[in-house]
This record gives sequence, structure tokens and C-alpha cells, in this order.
Amino acid sequence: MHEMTLVAGILEIAEERAREAGAARINTVTVEIGRLAGVELSALVFCFETARLGTMAAGAELVVCELPGRGRCPACGADAEIDFYAALCPACDGCLQVVGGRELRVASLDVD
Amino acid sequence: MCDTCGCNQSPDAVTYRKPGGHDHPHRHGDTEHAHPHEHEHDHDHGHHHDHGHDHGHDHGHDHDHGGGRRLSVEQDILRRNDVVAERNRGWFEGRGVLALNLVSSPGSGKTSLLERTIRDLKGEIPLAVIEGDQQTLNDAERIAAAGAPVLQVNTGFGCHLDAEMVRRALAELAVPSGGVLLIENVGNLVCPALFDLGEHAKVVIISVTEGDDKPQKYPAMFAAASLCVINKTDLLPYVDFDVEACKDAARRVNPALAFVELSATGGEGLDGWYRWLRDRRAAAAR
Repeated sequence: MHEMTLVAGILEIAEERAREAGAARINTVTVEIGRLAGVELSALVFCFETARLGTMAAGAELVVCELPGRGRCPACGADAEIDFYAALCPACDGCLQVVGGRELRVASLDVD
Repeated sequence: MCDTCGCNQSPDAVTYRKPGGHDHPHRHGDTEHAHPHEHEHDHDHGHHHDHGHDHGHDHGHDHDHGGGRRLSVEQDILRRNDVVAERNRGWFEGRGVLALNLVSSPGSGKTSLLERTIRDLKGEIPLAVIEGDQQTLNDAERIAAAGAPVLQVNTGFGCHLDAEMVRRALAELAVPSGGVLLIENVGNLVCPALFDLGEHAKVVIISVTEGDDKPQKYPAMFAAASLCVINKTDLLPYVDFDVEACKDAARRVNPALAFVELSATGGEGLDGWYRWLRDRRAAAAR
């Protein structure tokens, strides 16, 4: 259940940034999560709805933008979109190396 | 509340204990939990949606957005963990310590492998151990009996060690300069893949009593590891486990993964593990 740890990190970053900007409250937190980052999105949203209480984001919505996995073939250099590790290159059947899809980022906030 | 000194700690907080020492719960410094309380508000339900790839982002500017303001943040969620992990890395580097993060599902034989390693190598390589488990001092007691300095981190309900737990453990554990620190993570093939502890390498341990499709089921962990130890090979005649199929599945996730097959209890194959350990230690000392 590392999603709760991630939510603690999300809220910490969001509150820090909102305070710096002199905001009174956070309405929306937008995060970008790669499809290969090992995050269960429903658990993330569930944890957020509990952990936001008592913070500047107490009434905030969590918007999750899911970023696709990206693989590159070391053999032929082809790029492909992937949903899982151990995907094969569509061009030459080599094993793709993961080059994207592990992102865990707070992208933006909507604040008052 | 802590029954030893009366400090106001919750009983499920992370604890740091040595075998024979007193039980003293300490709150994990970086974990702040919001306390649920009576609170009137609209239930805005979070949602997620797919995102087109290679999209642009707003960078470094704020602008008005429907009455409120939009703040561009662009910050890694694990930033704080990763900063502490970098500090740990510096700590290891400054002392010439090789740090290994041992990850596996429960029951793969991590602690047995550590006990055997300590008994076989303690005259040659100074070893110290950080034990991670949700509860109990059991594994730390086994390590202490094998003859290495050890600190038990009980994560309470936590499913993984994080960099801050290791940093705090390092402050209490006598890790010998030029030695090897073995960090036995919580038995879990999912969450520990995500948290950098500052280690030089992750070693994933799988036993032949598990399915040979573990690398396909838990690919993130096999992708993050440098070495895969296949343990309990003495049981191969009795179980349905295809070593080559397991290796092939793991290589598809991580073509650079190295393998050692061994039996921590029977002893066969341990020389390969010790060779890998010596090579990595020499590389860390350079």
C-alpha cells in the first residue's frame, strides 16, 4: 500500500507550493502517473480522499493523468507504446527497454 | 503511548530496535498523517483519465483559471525520499561501504541466506544488517546470533523501507568502513521496487517453491534489480519449477540481470553469490 506514502508526498508538495503562492486553499491537484510506475490508481484516489482532510487540500479533487509506457528497441532503435514490462519490439521482436512510463509527478494545482 | 519513557507515540509507529535492547517506538520523522475528523464538505471524487502522449506542459508560470489560479508545479512525488537516498549514497561512498537492498516475497529465504553469508564471510568481510519487517524482532535475533551488528526496523503497517528509515538506522548501527551493509527489505515484491534507499544494487531473491512466472507477475522488481538469486535449489527434484523459464522471463524484463542459483541451507552455489559480493565490494571501494 505505498499509495498512501505517495499521497503524503503529493499533499506535502501541493501545500508547500500553495503556501509559497499565497493561496488560501487548493481546489484541484493534477498528478501525472506513468503506466509502468507501479501505482494502483484507484488506491491512490482512495488514499487521497482520506489524507486530504485537515490539509489545505481538504476539499480538493485529485486529477490523475496517466502517461503511457514507452519502449525503445536496443537492436533496431524502434520506439513503441507499451502497457507492460517485457514487451517485444513490433519491428524485430527484440526486447524493448523501458524509456518512459515510470513518471510520478505533481503537474499543477488550481488554488484560490 | 510508549510504555518505556512515556513519550506520546502511537503504537503502530516505525520502531528501531536492536536485539536485547529495549523497545522504544519512534515516529517516522517524515510521515505526517492527517487525522480524520468531523468535517462538512462536498465529496469531490477524484478521477483519472488517459492522457495523450508527448503532450506539452505549462512550465514556470501561473495564470488565472476560472476564478482561481493555476500553479505549475512539475515536481517528483518521491523527491523527498530521493534526496535522503542521495544522502545515504554519500554516506556509503564516504566510508567505502557496499550497500545492497535485498527484496523478495515473504519466505524466499532472505534471512537464511544472510545468516549463512555472515557465518561464512565474517572473517573476510565486515558485514552489518538492517532488518525490515512490519512486526517482531525475530530476524534481527537470528542475524545477531550469526554474529553481525544488526538493527531491526519495524514499519508497523508499512509495506516497504524508505530512505529515511535507512538514514535513521545508519545513525544507530555500527556499519564498518569498507564493509558490506545488507538491507533486508520487507517481504513484498511490489512496493520496495519504488523506493530508492541509496543502495548500490537491488538483489531480488526468488525460491523454487514459488512460481517460475514471478518475473512476469512482478516485473517492476525484476526490472529494478541487478542480481537475481534463485534459492532453495536443493528442493528442485520435489517442485514444479523451471529454472530456465524463470530466467528467460526475468531477462525479458531486464536483459542485464545476473543470476546465481544456490541453496542457502544446503550450501551449493554459494560460491557464485560470494564471488558477486566480492566483485561488487571491490567496485564500491574504487
